[in-house]
Amino acid sequence: MTHETAIAIRGVSKIFGPVETGLKALDNVSVDIRRNEFFTLLGPSGCGKTTLLRMIAGFETPTNGAIELDGTDITAEPPFRRPVNTVFQSYALFPHLTVAQNIAFGLEMLGRGKDEIKATTAEMLALVRMEAMAARLPAQLSGGQQQRVALARALAPRPSVLLLDEPLSALDLKLRKQMQIELKRMQQDTGITFVFVTHDQEEALTMSDRIAVMDAGHILQIGSPRDIYERPANRFVAGFIGESNFLDGTVLAAGPPARIALGGGQELSIDTADSPAAGQPVTLAVRPEYVLLGAFDAPGSLSGRITNLIYFGTDMHCHLTLDSGEELVARIPSGLSGKEGLETGAIAGVSFAPGALRIVGA
Amino acid sequence: MASAKPAATAHRSDSGVMERRAERERTRRNWLLSAPALALLVIGASGPLIIVLVYSFMTPGDFSGVEWTPTFDAWVQIFFTRDIFDDTLGLADAHLSIFWRSVRLSLLTTAITIVFGLPTAWFIATRPGRARTFWLFLITIPFWTNLLVRTFAILEMIRNEGLLNTWLIKLGVIASPLQIMYTDTAVLIGMAYVYLPLMVLPLYAAIERFDFRLVEAGYDLYANRLQVLRRVILPIVKPGIVAGSILVFVPSLGAYVTPRVLGGGKNMMIGNFIELQFGQGRNWPLGASLSIFLLLIVMVALLYYVRASTRGSSHD
Amino acid sequence: MTRTSPRPFSVRRLPGFTAIAITCFVLLYAPIVTIVIYSFNAGDSVALWRGFSTKWYTVAAGNQIVQEATLRSLVIALWASGISTVLATMAALGTTRARNYRGRTLIYMLINQPLMVPEIVTAVALLIFFSSIKIATGYSGLGYLILAHSAFCIPFAYLPIRARMEGMDLALESAAADLYATPWQTFRRITLPLMAPGIAAGAMLAFVVSLDDVIITEFVKSAGQDTLPTYMLGQLRRAVTPEVNAISTALLALTVLLLTVFFILSGRNTARS
Repeated sequence: MTHETAIAIRGVSKIFGPVETGLKALDNVSVDIRRNEFFTLLGPSGCGKTTLLRMIAGFETPTNGAIELDGTDITAEPPFRRPVNTVFQSYALFPHLTVAQNIAFGLEMLGRGKDEIKATTAEMLALVRMEAMAARLPAQLSGGQQQRVALARALAPRPSVLLLDEPLSALDLKLRKQMQIELKRMQQDTGITFVFVTHDQEEALTMSDRIAVMDAGHILQIGSPRDIYERPANRFVAGFIGESNFLDGTVLAAGPPARIALGGGQELSIDTADSPAAGQPVTLAVRPEYVLLGAFDAPGSLSGRITNLIYFGTDMHCHLTLDSGEELVARIPSGLSGKEGLETGAIAGVSFAPGALRIVGA
Repeated sequence: MASAKPAATAHRSDSGVMERRAERERTRRNWLLSAPALALLVIGASGPLIIVLVYSFMTPGDFSGVEWTPTFDAWVQIFFTRDIFDDTLGLADAHLSIFWRSVRLSLLTTAITIVFGLPTAWFIATRPGRARTFWLFLITIPFWTNLLVRTFAILEMIRNEGLLNTWLIKLGVIASPLQIMYTDTAVLIGMAYVYLPLMVLPLYAAIERFDFRLVEAGYDLYANRLQVLRRVILPIVKPGIVAGSILVFVPSLGAYVTPRVLGGGKNMMIGNFIELQFGQGRNWPLGASLSIFLLLIVMVALLYYVRASTRGSSHD
Repeated sequence: MTRTSPRPFSVRRLPGFTAIAITCFVLLYAPIVTIVIYSFNAGDSVALWRGFSTKWYTVAAGNQIVQEATLRSLVIALWASGISTVLATMAALGTTRARNYRGRTLIYMLINQPLMVPEIVTAVALLIFFSSIKIATGYSGLGYLILAHSAFCIPFAYLPIRARMEGMDLALESAAADLYATPWQTFRRITLPLMAPGIAAGAMLAFVVSLDDVIITEFVKSAGQDTLPTYMLGQLRRAVTPEVNAISTALLALTVLLLTVFFILSGRNTARS
């Protein structure tokens, strides 16, 4: 399958302050964003995702590297000459212009004809279902409505790429869920490339075609939501996307299957071909829902003491301390509560679903 | 577009050149934008201060102006007089009493405005929404009303045939008018009156931001009203009190109009004394050295303010 | 609030504060209200009421010196507020919304300098400076007064403009650039309209400050260049006639009018942000 590249980031670095001592917000980042995809930059605050987005928009200049849009180098182009539009985190609606005037602004600046501006504005108002609010000022709108106007304003000039800087972060949970679905629909309807920035892993998983997980100015992994969730490339990704348990051990035999020694004389075997060599330290990750509890003397299982049981509605979190001394969380259906041996202080056997244990680094 | 390409490829090898150029460009633009205002301020306010400094080291001219003979006389004259007969230096009592009056009246003015201003600012800041704007408006009107008009209004109240004396006599409290005009008291009343809004406004700003839950916490922890005032409210609004005190003290010290109108020729303050040197006194260098002297006192007060306010903000 | 039940406990009330505050307002307004009332006194004493009359307004308006001084005051204030507002607007554009740059503190200090130096000192400095220029050039027109007023009006014009701009969302200009507005279009269509209330407020303050100035005008003016305030100061040295009451009331009315407009403008400032 071949993909056309919309945006190519080529070895981009950004240092705020003096080059030698300044804060390195981005460190030699390269990524290709494909045409018509919903691409998400995901990471904790300060990881450089917003800096990268602002660089594509033209508000930041890279210290090193280049940015190409549809094969043309746009690194030196000012924002107003880039066919790229942004939905700002604060929406940045012009407070002195009405909803319709806000939406028409970009088209006017591009010097489009009166009729076209009128038609496109009406079309955009319909797209975000704000026809009734056309004459209102931004201050008279709710947060969700402002969000829609910001979206319509950025889409009106039909940019080749739409940049979204945590656009949903100011909305309450219910509205956010609703807007997630709407955004996805709009991306599919318009066929415009969306580059979406968020720190909310759930948001990223539900909306994206591909996700780039970022930390400390680096892109750690790029892949589909399923790739990232099921096959995290390292400990950070495994911890940041969803919940993970981590177990430290030493490789006994590289395998496959690899045999790993944990503390306290316990041992695990993993069906993997890319284990480090024997004698190397290693970190294993496993999702809480893949931790299985059974009788403490079940063959092939580790044993641990239940330290805490926390009720979460549909399921429960069972905190355990393994014999090796490591802490572990298992997520089990609430229906199992009251089952014999499932109580604080009890000893339980711990095993893992097939393929659930992954090596995520040393 | 054509020119953008080579620039983009060039900067790849040379880290941050474009960034630095943009940064320099912005700084240059910011300076250019500020330059006309700065030029006007240098010509019309800051620059001439240097001439004053130079004049303070010159010899007085015969009628006005200066002779270009450098001397420290003008600075010595601030505190000392030279005896005409034996040419010895003695303390200039007249000058010292003017300084003392200026400092004393300015401090008293500051104290009076705090006593009246704090409750007033508190009152305004605790009004609900629209009422607050109304009271704030009421305090702002006198603030922006011509200083001379306000001084004149006080003059009308306190002079011998003024309203105060007329009413006191009518009510039988006094038989003959009180001589308030042309005393230090008159100057004090006038200055407290004209500078009161300068105290209220910064206090209001400090109290308005005040989190009243802190007062609730104080009461919750068994403090009574007085203790809450002393231990919770005053420490927190202190930056406002300091700011207000500076705003009142500085113009009081340099006051010219109020002492001239209400104090008359005898109850001079530094401002009037400076003016005298440029008028009848015909001693421009002394006027200049007095001006710089006044400026130095004000700078000390402002420095104290800056230190007090930065220390205050580090508490937050 | 009923008298019969005890007043509810309020953390916002401190004993005696309201009483002092009300006293304060009464004391602030009594003298001003008095001169307003007595400006309509038919008699020529300030203390004795002899019936309502607008006679002193007629007298003041008919006084040629007052007419000239009023006109002079207005001309100076218009020039000074115009010049200072334009320069202050530019300076505000150059000092806000930018990352800190070398020398910005110096710019702040220079702009606020007229607020920190006692007016009498600036007056003396300008007297010395301008008197030598007057001798050197022979020019003794209103230019000196306009220049001096423009300079000390700058901080008053600058402060509300800067306050307005600091409250402005930086993303708005980014958004305009993102939507294909060139820097000039961004300034014309976004920045300037959003600054407008601050600029108007600044111009108004500058106008009032210029109109009110006594000390610097007194020192800088050449013979026969009295403004309304310096004319009044001269009058106060002689026997006070109710004519001064009338002039004061007129000035007061103008101040109240300008302040009302200012309050409405700044009210809209806060409503929008």
